Amino acid sequence: MPTTASAAHPLTDVTASDSTLRRFLHGLPGVDAVGLEARAASLGTRSIKTTAKAYAIDLAISMVDLTTLEGADTPGKVRALGAKAVRPDPTDRTTPATAAVCVYPDMVAVAKEAVAGSGVKVASVATAFPAGRAALDVKLADVRDAVAAGADEVDMVIDRGAFLAGKYLKVYDEIVAVREVCGTAARLKVIFETGELSTYDNIRRASWLGMLAGADFIKTSTGKVAVNATPANTLLMLEAVRDFRAQTGVQVGVKPAGGIRTTKDAIKFLVLVNETVGEDWLDNHWFRFGASSLLNDLLMQRQKLATGRYSGPDYVTVD
Amino acid sequence: MASASAFEYAPAPESRSVVDIAPSYGLFIDGEFVEAADGKVFKTVSPSTEEVLSEVAQAGGADVDRAVAAARRAFEKWSALPGSERAKYLFRIARIIQERSRELAVLETLDNGKPIKETRDADLPLVAAHFFYYAGWADKLEHAGFGSAPRPLGVAGQVIPWNFPLLMLAWKIAPALATGNTVVLKPAETTPLSALFFADVCRQAGLPRGVVNILPGYGDTGAALVAHPDVNKVAFTGSTAVGKEIARTVAGTRKKLTLELGGKGANIVFDDAPIDQAVEGIVNGIFFNQGQVCCAGSRLLVQESIQDELLDSLKRRLSTLRLGDPLDKNTDIGAINSAEQLARITSLVDKGTAEGAEPWSPECELPSSGYWFAPTLFTNVTQAHTIARDEIFGPVLSVLTFRTPDEAVAKANNTQYGLSAGIWTEKGSRILAVANKLRAGVVWSNTFNKFDPTSPFGGYKESGFGREGGRHGLEAYLDV
Repeated sequence: MPTTASAAHPLTDVTASDSTLRRFLHGLPGVDAVGLEARAASLGTRSIKTTAKAYAIDLAISMVDLTTLEGADTPGKVRALGAKAVRPDPTDRTTPATAAVCVYPDMVAVAKEAVAGSGVKVASVATAFPAGRAALDVKLADVRDAVAAGADEVDMVIDRGAFLAGKYLKVYDEIVAVREVCGTAARLKVIFETGELSTYDNIRRASWLGMLAGADFIKTSTGKVAVNATPANTLLMLEAVRDFRAQTGVQVGVKPAGGIRTTKDAIKFLVLVNETVGEDWLDNHWFRFGASSLLNDLLMQRQKLATGRYSGPDYVTVD
Repeated sequence: MASASAFEYAPAPESRSVVDIAPSYGLFIDGEFVEAADGKVFKTVSPSTEEVLSEVAQAGGADVDRAVAAARRAFEKWSALPGSERAKYLFRIARIIQERSRELAVLETLDNGKPIKETRDADLPLVAAHFFYYAGWADKLEHAGFGSAPRPLGVAGQVIPWNFPLLMLAWKIAPALATGNTVVLKPAETTPLSALFFADVCRQAGLPRGVVNILPGYGDTGAALVAHPDVNKVAFTGSTAVGKEIARTVAGTRKKLTLELGGKGANIVFDDAPIDQAVEGIVNGIFFNQGQVCCAGSRLLVQESIQDELLDSLKRRLSTLRLGDPLDKNTDIGAINSAEQLARITSLVDKGTAEGAEPWSPECELPSSGYWFAPTLFTNVTQAHTIARDEIFGPVLSVLTFRTPDEAVAKANNTQYGLSAGIWTEKGSRILAVANKLRAGVVWSNTFNKFDPTSPFGGYKESGFGREGGRHGLEAYLDV
C-alpha cells in the first residue's frame, strides 16, 4: 500500500508568504461551472450493472467512514457502530468491513475498543468541528485529545472565515500545525465545507491549499450544512489531486461527505473516480465516503444482488 | 465478480426488442408506402456489425414525379389551413416522437452506428424540441418579422445527410410544415430507416396525405428531386461538393435554396482557459458522433504556452473514451457510418502522416466486424497541411498553436469554410472581442456542439448559406 510522502515537494516555496501563496492559488486554471457540472452529470449516466455493480457495492462498502456525529452519541451507540463497521452484514460474512468509524474525540477510545483487531480505522473530527470557530490552541488541544485516545485519522475543518477573507496563509499555517500534532500517528483529512466556499474556483484553491499544507485527504464537507458532497465538487477535487500528484509526486486521498445516501449515488461517485483518476485511487486508502445512512442501502442492494429479491430495512441492522 | 484490480463496467446493451424493423420498406408517397416504379431496392446495413437491417425501395425519376405531384396536391389544402391547425399536427408529431423516442433512438443507433447515449440524450430530445418549437411558430408567422402575411413557397425538396438522420429531418420538415409548405424528403442511402419510421409517425398523427413524402435513394434520386421543375424550394445538408452541384442546378430557376455544407471548425484555447472543461469541450467538439459532424471543432488552436499541459490532459482524457458496441449505454465512440466513409478518413489520415504531421491514438481495440476508426489527434500540424484544410468528417483532430489573439483569429479564419468555432478563456471581454472577428455561423464560448431549436445555425463561405433553427429558420420557407 503506497503512503503519502511527507517530504518537501517542488511547490514548497509558494507558501513563503501570504502574497506568493495568493498569487499561486489565484493562478490555478479557472473552473467553468457549467462545463464541470455537465461532465459530472454525463458520468452519472454510466450504466453499472451485474458484475460491475457487485464489485462497486463491495468497493463502496469498504470505503465508508461509518459516521455518528450527534450531540446525543452514547458509548453504546458508538460500540454498536463499531460492531457494524467490522461486520456490516451479520447474515453474509463475505461482506467487506467499512474503512473506518468516524466519531467525536471523546468517543475515540470507545470506538477504538469496539473495532480492535479488525483493521477498521477510527477517525475523529477534531479542530472544533463543525464550525471550526475556536482559537488555534483549542483546536490543537482537540486534535491532541483525539490522537492520544488512539485516533488513526483526524478530520479537521478549515477556518472558512479566514479563507473567504483571503487569509490563505493563516489557513495554511493552521493545517500545518494540525498536521504536526497528527505526526505519524494519524492521517489528516482536511474538510473545506465546500457548501460555504460558494464558488468552484474557491474549492479548487482550497484543495491546493490543503494539499500544500500536507493533507493526506481532502474532504468536501462536514455533513452539517445544506450543500455537502456533490458529483461536481467531488469531480473538481479529484482533478485537483490528480494534478497535484502530477506536479509533486505526492498522492492525496479524496473524501466526499454528507448527502450520499443511496447505492446509486455512491456508484456515480465511483465512476467519477474511475474515469478521472482511475485505479490508483480506487481503494479505501485513497477514497472514502463520509456517510451514515449509505451503508444500509449498500447492504440492501448487496442482498438483492445475492438473492434476486429486495429485502427491507429490517434485514439490515439499525445503528 | 469483475477482476479485483480494476473497475470494469459490465456490458449494458440497450434492448433491440423495442424496435421492430421490417424486412423491407417502400417509398412513402401520398400517405402510402409504395414500391418504386422500376422495382429497385437497396440494402441498409448496421455499420457496427455489417448486418443487413432491411431492404428499402430506391426512388427513381418516376417516383420523384409522383411524390412531387402528391406534395403539390396536398399543398393547396395544407397551406390554406389556419396556422393554429397546422400547429396541432406538429405538436402531435412532437409528442409521438417523445413517446416513441426509445424506439427511434435504438433504430437510429442500429442504422447509423452512433452510440445510443447520443441518440437517446442528444438526437431524440432535439428532434422533439424542433417540432415543438416550430409548432409554436405556426400560428404566429405574421409576428415573425417577415411581413404581415408571409406566404409559403410551395413544395420543398429536401436532401439530408447520414450523420444525424432524424435530427436533420426535423430541422428541415418542422419549419417547412409550420410555414405551410409540403415536403418531399430524400434521406441518405446509408440511413433511410428513421425517415421511414417518421413516415409512420406522420400517419399516426393523422397528417393529411401528401404533406410529407419520403423517398429513399442515392445521389441520383436527390439530383432528380432538386432538378424537378415543380419544386419551389431546395434545402440540402451534406458535402460541399454536392452543394456546389446543387447550386449549379438551381441557378437560373426561381427555386429558393439553402445549403448547409462542410466545415473545419477552429476550437481556440487561450492560456487562461478552464483547462479541464476545455478538454471536455475539445473531446465533445471532435469525437461527438465520431467526428462526423459538419460543425465539428476539428482544428484545435492552442496557445503555445499551455500546449504541453493541454495535450497531456487531452491524451489522458482520450485514453478514457470507451469505443465499441454503439448499443451499449456506456459507449462513447461508436462506428463510422459506412465502409466508404471509413476509407475516406483513412486516406486523409495517411496523407496527414505522409505530410509530416504526427498522429497519436490511445490504446484502443477495434471490433473485428463493422467500420471503426480509433480517436486520433495530429500534432505538428500547420495551416499548409491537408488535414488542417480539408474536412475529414471523422474522429481526427488537428492541433495547431498560436501566440497572440490576432494570430488565433487569422488562423481560425484561414479556411474555405465557416460553420463553427469555439473560444475557451476565462476572460469575458476576450470572448466578445474574438467572437466578433471569427467568420463562422456559430461561435461557442467555453462550450462546444450545443444545439437548440431557438438558435439559428448555418455557415459562411463554402459552408453554405441560409439559416436553420430559430426565427431565422422560418425565412427559408417563406416568400419574403
